[in-house]
Amino acid sequence: MKHVLKPSQYAILVAIMLSASVGDSFLKRGMDQVGAVNVHHLGLLWHALFNPYVDIGIVLLIGFFATYTTALSWADLTFVMPATAFGYVVIALMGRFWLHEHLSLSRWMGILLIVGAVGFVAGGPSRTEHPELDQMDAGVGR
Amino acid sequence: MTLSPMVHVWSAILFVAVLAVIGEVMIASGMRQLGDLDDIRASRGLGGTIAAVLTNARFVIGALCMALNFFSMLFALSIANLSLAGPAIAALTYVGNAVAAKFFLRERVDRRRWLATMCVVVGVVLLTR
Repeated sequence: MKHVLKPSQYAILVAIMLSASVGDSFLKRGMDQVGAVNVHHLGLLWHALFNPYVDIGIVLLIGFFATYTTALSWADLTFVMPATAFGYVVIALMGRFWLHEHLSLSRWMGILLIVGAVGFVAGGPSRTEHPELDQMDAGVGR
Repeated sequence: MTLSPMVHVWSAILFVAVLAVIGEVMIASGMRQLGDLDDIRASRGLGGTIAAVLTNARFVIGALCMALNFFSMLFALSIANLSLAGPAIAALTYVGNAVAAKFFLRERVDRRRWLATMCVVVGVVLLTR
């Protein structure tokens, strides 16, 4: 039973939360510059690929994808998702302490809820054990 | 007939979330099939690990869904505010994934995980206010 994560596995979870949140911010910044895309101007999506902010966002999201895939090889989807939601908190706290944005009471409550959620899942097992399912998969997949 | 902008926005949000759920469930299923990538790397090296992942059919289907998800996300972000689209997509994806993981991946989504998922959903919504 793999219930305790190794330090390297915690590092992967941290990498997921940072790359996803920062990558999304870059994408948004890039898309603001590219302009609104609608069904009649789908070509703008191609144009977006040449925007440096979109490109940095893509690189970060490729990193996210690699680390996320790795995490899913040793943990459940319903473990990885809430555990990495901490990225939202990172973004909000960056706004508060770096950019000196005002955090309203409801935002602080949101942060508390997400921190609580991370605590809930981190205290539980990271993987559902399915001996019969794993055997079946091993027979089919290799 | 012209649809109202809100219908467009929410259709885009729903489409992005559904693609994300299908993609993530397929990738999670493929990764479960492969097993711990650290173990594979120890025996077959980094190249062997990448080859094992890229030749897994479920992973490839999931990755294609995620690629489509990426472009539809760009589309959604261009017609909706990040403060609406980001949390709405995240919240729908969290709930959708928990349900899909329970029924398709047969993960044991116990009270602890439901509670965590719902806390994230409410937390994300509160963060945007």
